[in-house]
This record gives sequence, structure tokens and C-alpha cells, in this order.
Amino acid sequence: MDSKAGVRADYYKSLKRNIFIAVVIVSFIPLLIFGGIIRYVFQTSYTDRVRAHLATMVKKHALEIDTFLTERQANIVSLACAYTYEQYADNTFLKEVLGRIQNAYGAVITDLGIINENGEQISYAGPFQLEDANYSDSEWFRHAISSDIYTSDVFMGLRGQPHFIVAVRSYENGKPWLFRATIDFRAFNDLVQSIHMGETGFAFIINRDGEMQTDFSPRMEADVNRYSKIFTQTITDSPALLSDEPLFDSFESGTEKEIIYVAGLLKKGEWALIFQQDHRDAYSNLYQARRVALLTLVLGGISIILMAFWVSRHTAIRIAEADKEKEIMNRQVIQSGHLASIGMLAAGIAHEINNPVAIMVEEAGWIEDLMEDEEFQESENLAEFTRALGQIRKQGLRCRDITHKLLSFARRSDQRIQFFNINDLIREIAELIAQHARYNNVTITLKLNENLPHIEASQTEVEQVLFNLINNAIDAIDKKGGHIRIRTWQDGGMIRFDIQDTGSGIPGSDLEHIFDPFFTTKPVGVGTGLGLSICYGIVKKMDGDIIVESTVGKGSRFEIRLPVPEAEMEPEQDWGVNIY
Amino acid sequence: MSNANLLLVDDETAFLDTMKKRLSKRDFNVKTADSGMAALDILRENGHQTEVVILDVKMPGMDGIETLSEIKRKYPLVEVIMLTGHATVASAIEGMKHGAYDYLMKPCEIDNLVEKVMEASAKKRRHEQKIIEARMKEITQRMA
Repeated sequence: MDSKAGVRADYYKSLKRNIFIAVVIVSFIPLLIFGGIIRYVFQTSYTDRVRAHLATMVKKHALEIDTFLTERQANIVSLACAYTYEQYADNTFLKEVLGRIQNAYGAVITDLGIINENGEQISYAGPFQLEDANYSDSEWFRHAISSDIYTSDVFMGLRGQPHFIVAVRSYENGKPWLFRATIDFRAFNDLVQSIHMGETGFAFIINRDGEMQTDFSPRMEADVNRYSKIFTQTITDSPALLSDEPLFDSFESGTEKEIIYVAGLLKKGEWALIFQQDHRDAYSNLYQARRVALLTLVLGGISIILMAFWVSRHTAIRIAEADKEKEIMNRQVIQSGHLASIGMLAAGIAHEINNPVAIMVEEAGWIEDLMEDEEFQESENLAEFTRALGQIRKQGLRCRDITHKLLSFARRSDQRIQFFNINDLIREIAELIAQHARYNNVTITLKLNENLPHIEASQTEVEQVLFNLINNAIDAIDKKGGHIRIRTWQDGGMIRFDIQDTGSGIPGSDLEHIFDPFFTTKPVGVGTGLGLSICYGIVKKMDGDIIVESTVGKGSRFEIRLPVPEAEMEPEQDWGVNIY
Repeated sequence: MSNANLLLVDDETAFLDTMKKRLSKRDFNVKTADSGMAALDILRENGHQTEVVILDVKMPGMDGIETLSEIKRKYPLVEVIMLTGHATVASAIEGMKHGAYDYLMKPCEIDNLVEKVMEASAKKRRHEQKIIEARMKEITQRMA
């Protein structure tokens, strides 16, 4: 029985697990597919948007800076052509020109200088004492003297401050000279540094060699080569970008953050405006959306799991209950079918026996009739004959009584609900079972409360309960004999009866199983283990209760409580008002 | 003159024989039939002589209740005593409904049976007497 119960428990466990898994899968798959699609679409569109936004921004600023440079160049070109070499060679004139320019454009142009073909500064106007400086060794001079217009990279130069110059070449008597203007680095720097986005987005300019053309920012990579690599890569990978489309690049920096770079080319590809921002910052909304989605997923997942757990548990319990009920019902059906067939058998036997008995009785009667004739009256054994025949007749009639009892028992195996007195039933059964009890040295006493109301139930079923309980009580009592007491009484709306024996009692470990189907302590073939489970089923079906108390060595007591049917309830003694 | 003319119906011939002997000894004129059909045949032959039919309820073929209805339909004045194997109220009531005079549990004491038979035949004779009187009254009234 235990292994069977174990198999059953395993079955419900696996059923529970399967339901759980099914519910979780069915709930999670759509959630994950849906979430995945939404995430993909959202991420793609959002990424595109951010890239487009950054590209536009960089493009705009690159254009702006380029325009700034071009304008300054144009200013300086027009200045260079405005006057002659002789006029510019005059320091005072040059100062006057510088003053005019600074009035017109602000302090963007810091100073002016005229340099002859040998790199000697002929005249100078500006805040530094650079008259007579010689630039013949400067790199910018060599570039400038060989081209019409030259804009240098930013360099420290003689003055020891970052600056860059625009130089215009002109010819005087076939000899080249340069008109040089210094562009204020600060003004230019501010223009670039005004570009920033979010918390980490900023911009700077580098030249082809990776040298900074604007102030170094603390957020920048320590290794400047990395930027130059981006730059050169930009140009070699996609020369088309020399036009104006910005270029993207991103990589993991040493500090595990992904950083995006957007590069726009300036100054005909000599410089690049690079915008740098942490990926996390640029896509902060995306990250936030991701966090929200993840949180939702986690919460949803938890609730799905909880629900799946609850549903699977609940379903398994319900199925187990239904199975148990079904099993008990099946057994009751089998049992009642069994009883019905026993009943039919008994009825058949009763009929078949009845006829021969009747014939025997009649034959005996016929002999008695004949004995009344004269010639027999003299017989010496007359008294003995008469006694024997009387006995035959008497025993025949006894047989008839037995068969009639058998028949009336057989007829009763039905499920119809009737009103009947429990005391009568108990008396009848006690009488029937008394013989069996006597063989086992068991005495049965009844303590019945005669004022009990009728109960409404199937008499056969209550009979079955009583039979089972009394038989169990007899079985619990060993050969030395014992005592069974059956009581009935009423307690509120319940009719109660109990069967108390002085048998062996039930150990505590068995006590919780005694109503389980197929639980038996009797040897194989003696008990089916169904009796008490059927009793339990019957009593529960009648909205009743069955209680067991047992002490090992002292005996057991089974108490049954059945509700008093409403029709039998005492009506309220209320003479004052009758409301119908 | 016998006490009464009886017809004993039972499928057990051994029972029939013994009962016939016992009842004949008590001055009854007894005929026997071993089935419902045979009983009806005998009644057809000497219908109005038979006063009381003793009928077993459980018989193969035409059973006691069917035979009873048939007898009561054709010979309403004949009284029937049912012999039943199981003394249930239900079968007794059914027999009474179909016009049986009384029922007895089988096997029964011969004295009980004789008593019932005497009552039944007396009742039958009373009935017949009343019918004759009624007829005579009718005739006399018509004559008057």
C-alpha cells in the first residue's frame, strides 16, 4: 500500500511540475518574443536617431568652424592685397591697420607681421616684441613661402603661447613676401569647446598627426595616438568622407566603457573636428528604457512563476481530490454491486430451499395425518413418531424463517433515502451479528437513547457503516474475549452514535491512515482495506462526521455524527405570531 | 358432501401430491394443476364447481399474479389464496390488488390453510347466495 501511495504522490508531483513548466513556458515565450521584438525595433530606431542627431550636430559645427577659418583667411587675403609692401613695411601703418581690423572683427586677430623672402620680419604690429624676429627656420615659413595662402596648425612659436597663423604670399619686384596674421587661439578654442552634449559629450580638433588643435580636455584619452588613428583611418577607409559626411567610430576604452566618436573634417581634410561621448551617456534614454524593460520583465517573471506555482499546486490538489473521490465512489459502486449480487444469490437460494422445505414439511404433516388412523394408535412408538414429526415440522418452519430473513436482507441493498430510526437498525444488526460475536467471546451491549429523531439516509449505507464498524470491533478483540458497547444520543443538530471496543487499539502511526483506501492491518485476503474508507465516504456524503479515538491495549472508539434532517427538527415554540 | 371444491396450483408435483392427500383427508375435493395454464384449463372444464384456488406465486411460465388476474377476470366469484415464498408486504399487496382473498407463507401449517380455505369458501357461498337472491328479487319484481 505504501509503495502505491508513493507512486501516486510521485504522479501528482510530476503532474504539478508539468503544469508548472507548461504555464511558465506558455507565459514566458510570448513575453520574451514580444519584448525582444519591441526592444530590437526600439533600439534600432533610437540608435539611428541618435546617430543622425550627432551627425547633424557635428556637421553643423564643422561647417561653422570651417566658415570661421575661411572668413578669417578671406579677411587676411583682402588685407594683404589692400596695400603695398612699402606701406606695410612701415610699423606705424601696420599698427593702424591692426587697430582697424580689431575694431571691425574684435580681438580675433592678435597681431600682424610682414616677412620678407628670407624669413626676416620687416614690420610687426601686436602685443609682443617680435620686430626683427627671424622665421627662416620655422616650418610654417617654409610652407607659407611656397604657397599662396597658408594656415598653420596650432603651435607655440616664439611667443610661447598656443596660436596659429594665416599667411598670404605676395610679390614685390619678383620677390615673395608674406603677410602674416595670428588668429587668437582663445576665440577659436571657445568656439569648439562650446560644443557639448549630455554629461560626457565634448568636441576637439586634431590635425593629421594627431596633435591637438584645441585645449586638452581632462576627459580625453591619454593616448592621443588613438585619435590620430581614427583620423587617418577615416581618410584611408572612406575618402568620400572628405566631403562633409561625418564619420562614426566607437571602441571600448581601457576603462571598459564604450565610447563613440564622431569625426567631421575641417580645413580641406587637414584637421578633424572630433566629438566624443560615452555610449552610455549618448544612449541614456535607451539604457533607461532597457532598465525599465528589464525591471518589468523581472517583475512579470516573478508574478508568472508565482502564478504558475499556485495554478499547478491548486490543479494538482484538485485532481488528487477528484481522483480520490472517484476511487472511493468506484469502490462504493463495486461494494454495492457486490452486495446486490450477494442479495440476488441469497434470494435465489431462499426460493430454491423454500420449496423442498415446504414439501418436507407437508410430507411430515401427511404422515401425522395418517398416524391419526386407528391402526397406528396402538403402536408402541407412537409418542416417538409424533415427536419426530413435530420436530421435522418445527425445523422446517425454522428454515422458512431463516430464508425469509435472508430475503429481507437481500432486498435492502438499495440507495434510496428513507427516514428511519437508527436505534431499530442498531438492534437489528446487533442481533444479526450476535452469533458471530459469541464465537469470538464478545458481548455487545446497547445503550440507546429512545427519544432520537429519525435520520434521513439510505438504510443500506448506514447498515454498511454499522456492519463495518462492529465487525472491525470484533476483529480487534482477541480470543480472550471482550466487550463492545454501542450508544446513541443526540447533541444539538447531530445524532451521534459510537462503537466502543475493548480490543487491541490502533497505534498512532496507523491512526492517520485508517480511512485511506486499501489501508489494512489484517493479513492478505482477510481485509480489503476498504471498509473504513467506504464508511468515511458514506458518512461524509451525508454531511456527517466520523471520529476515532484509540489507546493501544485499551481499545478504540468510533463516533459517527449525522445531521438531524430538517423535517425532524423541533419547531420553534412560538405561539405569539405565525407568519406564513 | 365435501367441505369445498379446491384447485391446487403449484409447479412442484411432489408438493401437489402431498397436499392433495392431506386436504382430501380433511374432506376437501381437490384438483391439481402444475402450471397457470393447466389451472385455467381445469377451470374451463368444470368452472363453476371450483370454489377456492390455492395458488403459488412463483411459478415458471405464467406466474401466480398473472394466473390470478386471469382467473379473476374469467371467474370473478372464485376465491384465490396465494402461497408465497417470501412474505413481503409488496407481493401480498399486489396479490390483494388483483383480488386474492388472502395469502399464506410457504411452508404453512395445514390447520392455517384449512381455516383460510373454509373462510374463503364460505365467502364464496355467501356471494353466490346474494347473487341468487338478487336475481330472484329481480325475477319477482319483473313478475310483479
